[in-house]
Amino acid sequence: MLVAFALARGRFVGRFLLDALVNLPLVLPPVVIGWLLLLLLGRHGPLGAWLYAAFGLRLAFTTAGASLACGVMIFPQMVRACRQGLDAVDRGLEQAARTLGATPLDCFLSVTLPLAAPGVLVAAIAGYVAALGEFGAVITFAANIPGETETLPLAIFSALQIPGGETLAARLAMVSVALALAGLGLSEWAGRRLGQRLGLR
Amino acid sequence: MTAGAGLAIAFRHEVPGFTAAIDLAAPTPGTLALFGPSGCGKSTLAAVVAGLLRPDSGRVVLDGMVLFDSAAGVCLPPERRRVGMVFQTPNLFPHLTVAGNLRYGQRRAGGGGPGGNDTGFDDVVALLGLESLLARRPRTLSGGERQRVAIGRALLSQPRLLVMDEPLSSLDGPRKDEILPYLARLKQALRLPILYITHDLAEVARLADWLALMEAGRVRAVGPLDEIAVRGDLPLALRDDAGAMFAARVQEHDAARQLTTLAAGAARLLVPLLAAAPGTMVRLRVPAREVILATDAPRGISVHNVLATTIRTITEDPPRRATLVAVDAGGAALLARVTPDAVARLGLVPGAAVLALVKSMAIEVFSS
Repeated sequence: MLVAFALARGRFVGRFLLDALVNLPLVLPPVVIGWLLLLLLGRHGPLGAWLYAAFGLRLAFTTAGASLACGVMIFPQMVRACRQGLDAVDRGLEQAARTLGATPLDCFLSVTLPLAAPGVLVAAIAGYVAALGEFGAVITFAANIPGETETLPLAIFSALQIPGGETLAARLAMVSVALALAGLGLSEWAGRRLGQRLGLR
Repeated sequence: MTAGAGLAIAFRHEVPGFTAAIDLAAPTPGTLALFGPSGCGKSTLAAVVAGLLRPDSGRVVLDGMVLFDSAAGVCLPPERRRVGMVFQTPNLFPHLTVAGNLRYGQRRAGGGGPGGNDTGFDDVVALLGLESLLARRPRTLSGGERQRVAIGRALLSQPRLLVMDEPLSSLDGPRKDEILPYLARLKQALRLPILYITHDLAEVARLADWLALMEAGRVRAVGPLDEIAVRGDLPLALRDDAGAMFAARVQEHDAARQLTTLAAGAARLLVPLLAAAPGTMVRLRVPAREVILATDAPRGISVHNVLATTIRTITEDPPRRATLVAVDAGGAALLARVTPDAVARLGLVPGAAVLALVKSMAIEVFSS
């Protein structure tokens, strides 16, 4: 959200760099992202070693690591959606708020955020659903440990490797479709509902 | 006008293709109208005063409070200027009710501060007729209602100056007429300085005390409305609807004759019977094309108003093959658009005495 706001409104040095960094997962193969994460956050990576030493936190090949990989992969989508939500907020309203005595932070909290909320909520739900489908980055960074770092597509992939696993794969695929539909429906409904509550439509 | 009352705006701002170089000062309280065509820099000026735009250089002072001073490195953020702003579009917060919108600025102003305009919620609601709208959402309101809420919201933020940037331009004729009386009432009820931006001369006639004429990023002239309106050397006088604009007091009614006498300084004007009580102030517009000049008192004529005046200036209006004659009627100045031939025949020269004839029916009266 903060990154989205910075990118939507900010004019600062390195804005282009931040934009590029955020959108990297969109254009890089997921396996590369996973490998980069492994390099950075693995037990012997610069950040990973520090995290382990300081907090005893291990990310590579763990459930937390799988979540992180998913998070990184869907980050550009989330930022984009948040940005769209922010861009949809009329600047005139923010200007009005400022002339009415609101500081920039106050204006952001009382005007920008509530008005961008429907877009942000839709982004969050859609992002969650998309995260369920992460494959390449997860398998590289967190491997495929059943019950721990196994996302839906990984499970389907595993099932297909076992002779006679098609039934399991089909079931998992159905679960995947159901989750995706439910997620999309929920995000649409929630966004509309919130928009109505806020008097936007 | 650095110290004490007054509004002084001087700044320079350059964007590709447009340069604004503004310098103007006007007394406060009172309504200063900025009048000029679209794209002449009026909205730039409003944004600079409100703090929404930082000009390249300059100085803006309101009643001794420095809002912006590039030399001293002062640029107060909008929220600390206490400048209430009414935009062309109402800009109401859609996620709040009308009451929520009205309270938004009021809460942040924390009630009336020292030197501020302590306008109570109920007063503003009553002034703008918003009682029945309070629980509604902005999207369910009409255009005129929205703009009234926007005005109320700005008033409740306890401003020291109210800036209105063409507040009626997004409304159609009937909606404008719905809001204008509210603006006139507001002006009367509050001793609040108002900077009123418009390209509609009728709004100027109804609301302005001082007038600044703008063109191409500059202030061409600034002064009291009645003075500026009759200046033959300004583009205002070359408009079709040019004419004198001034305030007058309702003196007495003559119900039998269906006439009302108005007093502007020493001048007396008869107009068709008004509803306003004696003592009330009204605003008049006397179109230049409706004023007749005479050197001898006419007899047997329907015109009621025959004013003894002195000629102030005589200027040409070549496109119309006309001459503009500004005359002093002892407290009110009038502008007459006549033919050059008439000026020559009557031997009119500046300083000469002349009679100005004005039909009662030609005088436009606005309640203020």
